[in-house]
Amino acid sequence: MVAPTPIPPPRWQSATVVGIRPETPRAKTFRLRPAEPMHHLAGQYCLVRLTAPDGYTASRSYSIASPPGEEAEIDITVERLDGGEVSEFLHDEVELGDELDLRGPIGGWFVWGGDTPAVLVGGGSGIVPLMAMLRHARRLGRSDVRLVVSVRSPEDLYYADEVVGPETAVIYTRSAPPGDTRAPRRIELADLAPAVVPGATGYVCGSAGFAETVTNLLVATGMPVDHMRVERFGPTS
Amino acid sequence: MARFTRGFAGRSANRDPRLPPGQYDTGTSWPVLTAEVTPRVGTSAWTFTIDGLVEQPTTRTWDELHALPGSSYSGDIHCVTTWSKLGMNWSGVSVDTLLGLARPSPGATHVLVRTYTEYTTNLPLEDVTGGKAWVAWEVEGLPLPVEHGGPARLLVPHLYFWKSAKWVSGLHLLDHDEPGFWERYGYHNHGDPWLEQRYQGD
Repeated sequence: MVAPTPIPPPRWQSATVVGIRPETPRAKTFRLRPAEPMHHLAGQYCLVRLTAPDGYTASRSYSIASPPGEEAEIDITVERLDGGEVSEFLHDEVELGDELDLRGPIGGWFVWGGDTPAVLVGGGSGIVPLMAMLRHARRLGRSDVRLVVSVRSPEDLYYADEVVGPETAVIYTRSAPPGDTRAPRRIELADLAPAVVPGATGYVCGSAGFAETVTNLLVATGMPVDHMRVERFGPTS
Repeated sequence: MARFTRGFAGRSANRDPRLPPGQYDTGTSWPVLTAEVTPRVGTSAWTFTIDGLVEQPTTRTWDELHALPGSSYSGDIHCVTTWSKLGMNWSGVSVDTLLGLARPSPGATHVLVRTYTEYTTNLPLEDVTGGKAWVAWEVEGLPLPVEHGGPARLLVPHLYFWKSAKWVSGLHLLDHDEPGFWERYGYHNHGDPWLEQRYQGD
């Protein structure tokens, strides 16, 4: 856990919503064009802030799904949480052309610089920062970056048209698509072991329970604890 | 920048005055946010060490720490990711009691908090003395769960909760400030939620 020289996170700025795309019934990707380009690393996040006319504000952090190198626009994918003050607003009210306050990129720990083998393991919406890494790896032509994503059912998979590939595996825990030979069940050692490329850093993102399960499985594959980076999220609304 | 967000009314009405600016009440849930693999430290092997600029470097076992006079905190906690959890009840031992055993040297001004992972965080001595900080092992009358930092974590509730290091193993006293883990990744050095000191430059 050696940290680099500190780089202060940037100030708030305005960003225009230039694209809205449904990923699943409960998740949408928002493409944002900040006034000043963001130069982010794969895995970093940004803050979105809403301001009411009386000055009240609410902000939440969202992982960036787009890869580095597209600084003019970034994608964030937002899961709609019941009662979620910010996610409900983004899903139900925000339209193309709207302006949102944006701050980022933030986070220097859960990032992949593009220069090491990596095993990316995501649960549900935990795929978002990993997708930035996978997209980055594909552009770099790296064959030593693997993604394993766990979802309940096919309709819960984000970026479904893009995730599939020789370096990825989708684990279904409740219902699998027709023809899938793996019976739906929770992620287990046999799902992860083939993805653990030699010397890889593990990036695990998901709920606390998912992260706990997966980090223990990665330890069982022989991955050293100090080769793992974890981003756990609890319920944030 | 737009002065306000089109269509956003917000929930400022009936806002709980215990919530610092930009925070929301997480209610009964308690999010778990950590950056590393959860360490499993059994209480039989657990120790707490105070070293650095102290007159009496001190290591105490789990049982020895429990034999000290206990202390509790009832109140709120605030996470930099904008959730707050209100009206919690914690118990453990006051950092004042622990520092009383080790006796900080006259030149000591800061502490670097150490843990059973490589996570660290830094605080001015004045933020962990005077009844403002605890080593806590019980929450709501039950042992602190490992995902929340058990068997024991630092508790510094007047600052954002990344300062309340999980799986705490000791305090290293210094005559200068030394940034900890998140502080080196761009988090604010101090982290006062009432001043919204979330990131450097705030």
